[in-house]
Amino acid sequence: MTANLVQFTLDGTPAQAPAGTTILKAAQQLGIAIPTICYHDYCTANALCRICVVEVKGARVLVPACTATVQDGMEIHTQSERVQRARRVILEMLYSTVDLSEAPEIEAMAAAYDVDCQRFPQAEPRRPPLIDDNPMYVRDYAKCILCWRCVQVCAEDAQYTYAINFKGRGYETQISTFYEVPMPESTCVFCGQCIGVCPTGALKFKRQYLLEIGYAIEEILQMTRSERGGRRRRAERSA
Amino acid sequence: MLTPDRIVSTVCPFCGVGCNMQLHIKDNFIYHVSAPFDSPVNHGNLCVKGRFGTDFLYHPKRITRPLLRRKPQKPGERTQAFDLEEWREVSWDEALDFVADRLVEIYRNYGPDAMAVYCCAKATNEDNYLLQKLYRALFRTNNVDHCTRLCHAASVVALQMAIGSSAMSNTAAEVIENDVFILTGSNPTENHPIIALQMKAAVRKYGAKLIVVDPRRIEMVDYATLYLPLKPGTDVPVFSAMAHVILKEGLYNREFIEQRTENFEAFAASMEKFTPEVAEEISGVPRHLIIEAARMYATARNAAIYWALGIPESTHGTANALSLINLALLTGHIGRRGTGLNPLRGQNNVQGASDMGAMPWHYPGYQRVDHEENAQRWERLWNVEPGGLNRRRGLTTTEILSAVGPHGVRALYIMGENPMMSEPDLNHTRQKMSELEFLVAQDLFINESGAFADVFLPAVSWAEKDGTFTNTDRRVQRVRRAIPPRGQSRADWEILCDLAKRIERKLGRRQSAYWDYSHPAEIMEEIRRGVPEYGGITYERLDREGGLQTPVWDEKHPGTPYLFAETFPRGRGKFHPLDYVPNAEMPDEEYPLVLSTGRVLEHWHGGTMTRHSWVDDLYPEPLVEIHPHDASTLGIEDGDAVRVTSRRASIVLRARVTEKTNRGVVFIPFHFHEAAANLLTHDQLDPLAKIPEYKAAVVRITKARPEELAGRPAPQPRGRI
Amino acid sequence: MAQSSSSFEALLTSLAPQGRTALLPALHAAQETFGYISDQVAAQIGKALGVPLAEVFGVVEFYTLFHRHPVGEVLLHVCNDPACALAGADTVYKQIVFQTAESAAGEGVSTKVRVEKSPCLGLCDHAPAVLVQSLPVKASPAQTWQELVAATATRPLTYVDGDVRLLTALCGRHTTVRLDEYRRHEGYRALEQALQSPPEAVIEEVKASGLVGRGGAAFPTGIKWQSAAQAPGSPKYVVCNADEAEPGAFKDRVLMEDNPHAILEGMLIAAYAIGAAKGYIYIRGEYMLPYRVMQRAVEEAQAAGLLGERILGSDFCFEIEIRRGAGAYICGEETALFESIEGKRGFPRLKPPFPTTHGLFGKPTVINNVETLANVPLILRLGAEEYRRLGTPQSPGPKLFCLSGDVKRPGLYEVPLGVPLRHLIEDLGQGMRNDAPFQAALIGGAAGAFATPEHLDTPLSFEGLRAAGIPLGAGVVTVFDSTRDLRDPLYRLARFFAEESCGKCYPCQIGTQRQLEIMERVLEGRPLPGDWERLQDVGWTMTDASICGLGQTAASAILSAMKHWPELFQPAAERR
Repeated sequence: MTANLVQFTLDGTPAQAPAGTTILKAAQQLGIAIPTICYHDYCTANALCRICVVEVKGARVLVPACTATVQDGMEIHTQSERVQRARRVILEMLYSTVDLSEAPEIEAMAAAYDVDCQRFPQAEPRRPPLIDDNPMYVRDYAKCILCWRCVQVCAEDAQYTYAINFKGRGYETQISTFYEVPMPESTCVFCGQCIGVCPTGALKFKRQYLLEIGYAIEEILQMTRSERGGRRRRAERSA
Repeated sequence: MLTPDRIVSTVCPFCGVGCNMQLHIKDNFIYHVSAPFDSPVNHGNLCVKGRFGTDFLYHPKRITRPLLRRKPQKPGERTQAFDLEEWREVSWDEALDFVADRLVEIYRNYGPDAMAVYCCAKATNEDNYLLQKLYRALFRTNNVDHCTRLCHAASVVALQMAIGSSAMSNTAAEVIENDVFILTGSNPTENHPIIALQMKAAVRKYGAKLIVVDPRRIEMVDYATLYLPLKPGTDVPVFSAMAHVILKEGLYNREFIEQRTENFEAFAASMEKFTPEVAEEISGVPRHLIIEAARMYATARNAAIYWALGIPESTHGTANALSLINLALLTGHIGRRGTGLNPLRGQNNVQGASDMGAMPWHYPGYQRVDHEENAQRWERLWNVEPGGLNRRRGLTTTEILSAVGPHGVRALYIMGENPMMSEPDLNHTRQKMSELEFLVAQDLFINESGAFADVFLPAVSWAEKDGTFTNTDRRVQRVRRAIPPRGQSRADWEILCDLAKRIERKLGRRQSAYWDYSHPAEIMEEIRRGVPEYGGITYERLDREGGLQTPVWDEKHPGTPYLFAETFPRGRGKFHPLDYVPNAEMPDEEYPLVLSTGRVLEHWHGGTMTRHSWVDDLYPEPLVEIHPHDASTLGIEDGDAVRVTSRRASIVLRARVTEKTNRGVVFIPFHFHEAAANLLTHDQLDPLAKIPEYKAAVVRITKARPEELAGRPAPQPRGRI
Repeated sequence: MAQSSSSFEALLTSLAPQGRTALLPALHAAQETFGYISDQVAAQIGKALGVPLAEVFGVVEFYTLFHRHPVGEVLLHVCNDPACALAGADTVYKQIVFQTAESAAGEGVSTKVRVEKSPCLGLCDHAPAVLVQSLPVKASPAQTWQELVAATATRPLTYVDGDVRLLTALCGRHTTVRLDEYRRHEGYRALEQALQSPPEAVIEEVKASGLVGRGGAAFPTGIKWQSAAQAPGSPKYVVCNADEAEPGAFKDRVLMEDNPHAILEGMLIAAYAIGAAKGYIYIRGEYMLPYRVMQRAVEEAQAAGLLGERILGSDFCFEIEIRRGAGAYICGEETALFESIEGKRGFPRLKPPFPTTHGLFGKPTVINNVETLANVPLILRLGAEEYRRLGTPQSPGPKLFCLSGDVKRPGLYEVPLGVPLRHLIEDLGQGMRNDAPFQAALIGGAAGAFATPEHLDTPLSFEGLRAAGIPLGAGVVTVFDSTRDLRDPLYRLARFFAEESCGKCYPCQIGTQRQLEIMERVLEGRPLPGDWERLQDVGWTMTDASICGLGQTAASAILSAMKHWPELFQPAAERR
């Protein structure tokens, strides 16, 4: 990467940054906050959520700040009307789709963008049942926003274990093991990297989950092997 | 959604990688563990043990009150008491006075040689420092050791012989700067999982080439450019043949050899005999692979060697390690970033316990006990009268046990270790444990060793005390008290100070070695004064700057990511001529298979921690790994009950038929008391390092009856294994 | 089933050295051999090709033609998109479901026959169209499934005509042009010509012709080639995008079925121009017949030394491999297509970087549409100057239009760019089928926009349509007469996008679903208060913020209809 500086304007302010700097990082350095959801400093950026889109003069469509780099002469607007509409509608659509009750950062964003969390009446949400198939963690994909971070850290972003990928596509997409086998039958090594990057509480320590659904600490400590192993075993699934 | 009462930053208590972790706590219950993404050690990652395995400290079987045995134990008739009925709960005063009385009595009657202590590679630097201080300053003995003897002792000895320093030369995360790296006798995806991630990234993202030299087809082979499947114990011929090729082809670093090394000629002459043909004959590794590996390593811009216990845990472990060191000296792949000689340390604080002098030949800071000026320095620091400290080297762990008896060791103090799982030839160990006159166990659980004790002192886990751990790449990091001690348990350092003062009183010592610390930070202040490499380490700095890599010479010194840039501690690096020595046991008709022992990802050593954790559910029973070819010859199928028999004992467990292990080699993890692998191993030692040969005992395998597995959990499908 | 399991294993062994890129071919083979892809077979494939099992599963799940569970011995796909709907596709589907369900009671036929609704099959001129075991049939609403199976014996033939017959000179003759016949008609002459001049000159000629991409994006072909030719990195690739799946489009199918060598010749010239030695033709999974035709053409060319080493005695070497899609519209997006060839889910990549520098396998790649490539030999034969005489100055050359819907003579028409829409519909298509007046034409397919009667004299050129706010797209024209309720095709388009969204970016993943839900209410005449604004917000958010062309155009037709006919989006009671 060259150390060449490129000149651009950000919300009207002339600025410069080394070539190859993303718009997101350039804005951060100038003290301009651009919201992000799927982006994580330690994961590959895929520009999925499009919350970070900005308007670049001359570009046909909005540009994701997390992956697009600043270019000479770029005129970047981080709060144009188009940008605000896109952010607001994406958040409203997310609210109509997944349970964001454990995503405080998204809630804060919703307040900032004047989001109507009930914007889409009669919308079909994604509410798959919680998967409790191992003693370590539960997967509540009703809370999953498909940020891909868990899939990525399970693969090349950290663990190289490849226990999870996608089931279905489009709106029906869900994170899944190979042919939906219970997690212990997958290649999972239970490193929990996925839990570490999950932004919405979709992946959660079993102990935390048990506390939340009302178990007392002592009851948790007394659980037997089969009690804590999860309810969805192979036999039950095929039944 | 649960909101934590607090989130406490600390260091993982399991392996030597030293991952940074954050404990999320509600009502003193750790319900979630995260890792900081900006950690230079683990970059937000953890393995199953650190992430999920910390619940052991809440286990109902944990002992949280001091215990005394109801029935007095006699040498030779000592029994194991797992049942709490056999113990009496007592006050700390009663327990500690009893310990002090008995230890002082035995010391008075039989002198320093009757005293011995096992320090603990899981405890903090401060705990270990105090325990060795207690034995050296009060009981005047150097019979101080810990489990490093059972892991990297031979690496330490070899590194000391050749370069004068025994730690990893480079930072683990530097692996991404390697162009080529050799991984041998190490299975990092199971044993150093976070370093394994960096190794995988080095290959897949940074274009490094990996050479795996291992008798097992470990997961890292999938990432390797070259895989050299050697027969167990043939390390010296293989690595020496690489040296032979490098010498023959003129690929060595002449300038480095001239400026930084000595004894080259003698070494080069001894390599003559190790032709690739000879090495192939001995090791089974095709010669072209040896030649290719030699060229790849020698011609790389930056190359490094990583090894773990497959190298040292051998009757010729020191020679094995020397064969690796010779390669680095020959090519000059040391003393720069992205190069080095890197023994991956096992325990979370094995580096620290060694640094703290929990070893029979050294004071803290690797200062030899048989050097007069060292003894005098420590006498001043510990307020011991001139000439008071013992100048003789003490006994090593295995030697301590062998010395148990009326004319040897009578009283043993075990802090946190479990020799009844970790020593070789456990039947012998059992015999020796029973012959002790007095045994103190300081631990969380009554494990196989503690069950022999007269007194059980309930210590706390790492989450209930403050201190420091020193990880495999010499990084001193802060361990923080996250929850109050469970029950009446106490921090090890507090127990030891309390006990030391009682002992001093009973011994009638006028001068105190000083035991009035109010916080481990004050212990570190004392360590700084005695150990130059820790000179710049203060708790304040650790809190402010995070981990510091030793040596840290003073408070301005930033620490040392890699060693030997200018010179080696002993001056010049010394080449060592080598010869091939076969393993103590070689396969024969009666015992045709070679048994290697080791760990699996889900478990930790003797199992005191992980087998009291829910993590146990993921790997709930011992398995013997056997190659499909060997299995079919023996008529064994995956999941069958089998009996594994060595010259010493036999155990019954389930077979796992897998190509992870090569033909002729079987593997058993040593975590499981129900089929303890170390019943099978032998206690022949490396003559220099006194380390046992855990990686090669010969065995035979026969079918067992399924009923013999009664009580084991039903086999469950695991995709990982 | 098609193959035995031992031959599947042999095939898998032969594919193994290719690694992950062979994943779709292996899954196709498994699907054909076993009728579905079981977890054991998927695991076998993953191990053989070195693909992590969860990722094999992810790929199986992405493509609708791969099945995790047994699907029966006879598999029928009934087209579900606007042109076929106009001709009664729903009735065809219901009839077969009714028939199989009824007979299932007595004979267990349901396990034998499986009928699925399918996105556009590229048989719009044969509406209502059905694929029977991958073979096309023009159905009629009363047919039984047995009759449909029997009907596969005759291939439905596309009517081909036009003002000029350059690209289609050898098309529409109810037979595939074989190599010798193609050569008799100056075939491969352009390649010979190209090989005698430097690659730069070939690129200059294509640039001079003004040819722009015929797949929809209308990017100048010569500039694309030049950029790939100049990009550092090797090897370089030429990819023919034959993933024709735009509802209403069938032009590439006809070109492939009737005149395959013109496409190969275009690829060869492109490869010579940019310095590529390997090319791929990616044909959508539903196009079994074109796949077979192209496969045979490649074999013919190989046998004749037109593919392989030292082509026509020159130093130029080129190989072509044909890949089949497996039921994913998104794979027509060029970067998603690369992902698919690489053995992955068809997720579009972020651009930049562009394919010319970072294309297939991350290497410089030219990817052109079938029709674009078919233009290339023509340009070289005629010369750029002569070629430019056709069309308008800004839109030179001939263009194929796929005319379907309520016209008397649906078919494939070749015209010089710039003729009025009226000419296509009234002259070539012979006007409205039911003598009801013209209401609208959807131009550009699902991703297109509506032309109304006032647009009938708009010239069919890039600049002419752009001025009217309509994309020319791939040249799809679906005509609706005044009796048609346009809410039905609009609803179908919404469903099409909801089913075909890959799910990668949020605007499209969720937006296509919300758009469908609102359109369902609109179709039923009971939109909720605020649905208008919701539809606008969702539509513009998808248009502005989606990653790829699919999401960016997923609201195009609906937003266009909202402009022309706002009353359609009002509650039934309030309308008229």
